[in-house]
Amino acid sequence: MNLLNVKSVDKSYGGVIANHDVSLNVPEGKIVGIIGPNGSGKTTLFNSIVGHHPIDSGEINFDGKEISSLTIPKIARLGMLRTFQQTHIYGKMTCVQNMQISSDIDANWKRIFNPFSKEVDEMVDELLAFVGLYKKRFLLAGDLSFGQQKLLEFAMSLMKKPKMLLLDEPTAGVNPTLINGLIDRLRQVNEEKGITLLVIEHNMRVVMNLAEHIYCLANGTMLADGKPDEIQNDKRVIDAYLGN
Amino acid sequence: MMKENKQNTLIWLGLAISAIVPLLLPNHITVLTYIWVMIILALTWDMLGGQTGYTSFGNILFFGVGMYVCAVVQRDMFSSGLERFERVSEIVVNLSVSEYFISLAIGTISGAIVAVILAIILGSGILGMRGHYFAICTLGLGHAAAEITSGIEYLGAGSGMVAPLYPSEFLMGKEVFYYYSFLLVAVATFFLFKKIYKSQFGLALNAIRDNENKAESMGIHTTQYKIAGWSISAFFLAIAGAGVGNVIGFIDPVEIAFSGPTFGVWMIVMAILGGKGTIWGPVLGAIILYSAKETFWTYLLGWDKVALGLLILIVVVYFPKGILGYFKDKKQLSDSVLSPKGEG
Repeated sequence: MNLLNVKSVDKSYGGVIANHDVSLNVPEGKIVGIIGPNGSGKTTLFNSIVGHHPIDSGEINFDGKEISSLTIPKIARLGMLRTFQQTHIYGKMTCVQNMQISSDIDANWKRIFNPFSKEVDEMVDELLAFVGLYKKRFLLAGDLSFGQQKLLEFAMSLMKKPKMLLLDEPTAGVNPTLINGLIDRLRQVNEEKGITLLVIEHNMRVVMNLAEHIYCLANGTMLADGKPDEIQNDKRVIDAYLGN
Repeated sequence: MMKENKQNTLIWLGLAISAIVPLLLPNHITVLTYIWVMIILALTWDMLGGQTGYTSFGNILFFGVGMYVCAVVQRDMFSSGLERFERVSEIVVNLSVSEYFISLAIGTISGAIVAVILAIILGSGILGMRGHYFAICTLGLGHAAAEITSGIEYLGAGSGMVAPLYPSEFLMGKEVFYYYSFLLVAVATFFLFKKIYKSQFGLALNAIRDNENKAESMGIHTTQYKIAGWSISAFFLAIAGAGVGNVIGFIDPVEIAFSGPTFGVWMIVMAILGGKGTIWGPVLGAIILYSAKETFWTYLLGWDKVALGLLILIVVVYFPKGILGYFKDKKQLSDSVLSPKGEG
């Protein structure tokens, strides 16, 4: 079953066509990658999917629901979360607070003026340990290194128990040692927690290792899709990357 | 844990002193009353201005609304048989003890409710705006309210209204009664806000301050939280307004009720001076600024505003994050350097 279904989406900014007739399917429980040269419209596609801006035409279905006209918080509540290319964390709050606020606080309106429950705090500790930030849990998130902030943001999205995560270049700016750890963890949440992943990635080694199916965007249109080794040997993809 | 205990002891000590101070300094009781008022103003401003990072220049609106609604209720509740004067601004009602306090209580609560409704309506309109745009939008609120009120004869128009006379036969003097009332409201506001800032709701406000886009993408309905925060502020601000109208005894739309240049600016300056985004900052700022203002006014008359400006200048230059913000930063630095685990 397809968890996410994007059907011929168009999006342009004024005269610039960022996405044209883009379609993709993400089956439930799989890891799907999106690659493409800079400016090919990958992040625009993410923004369209999560409701950051309205799309010009096309359809986006998530978990059987048409979501292209919903707002960001509503889509997030359906169980689809995204992380950003640049880290988006709450810099003046500690790591623990960052994690706490990422739990589902609206789930029980009557408790909104209470402190966080024990279950939330246990989950925070567990997930911070999972990404290896447990020792730094009382530091301000803004004081962490860029790579650590990415890990924190990843852990924050897990607090919401999402069905699907959209990761925008999870390894950009992260040092090689941390990258290996990050790939392992991505695989782990996919296998153990059953979270479907859609990953934009520039690092070919990472995406070829991780994804079971890869889409390649170029100049706003879908150039090719297939298994990693098919994509690797596709002449159109190689041309797009080398600029012929 | 030690810190919490120490803080509680300090609070109780302060409250004990505050409770007996009017007996020791009977001549300064009005000034002391105003310190409690200022604490309420600064605390309520900080809910949105400090904790949520949304600078509002229009909170004075709720202060004035509380003042006017309360004054109208006090005037009209028991006085239907009274002969009407030619001008509304000259109506002074004489109420019995029970009438006075019943109309004061109902007036205050009605004022607070009207202010909350107004905050919800206005908030849904303008709290969708981000940061500076919201700030600019609130600039006109107080001024507009003053202009509108100045045109309504029912509210005394530009000449304002007179609060009912305090019943002299009541066993407690007017100054003493309002001193303790404001003490109670300020303390209640403080403890409630303290609880809120430690709750999930408070952390959501902080999240909006730090990164609203992220908060939204994590499914937090940011606008609703901002409106809720503003409404809570409006509630207590209106209560303060209702009381201040009675303490002054005369309500003028421009100079008192919707007075941007005095109460409207002070509440912001006090919160920033003490350290915005902290619970103690606004309290400290209110005490320091109002004491300084009164001291300068007493000893440097003519130069008092210059001295006050200089004080604000010094704080802004040397303590840009406020007095508490300065110490908080220092502590955090030493925490992260001395103990990398950051236990604390």
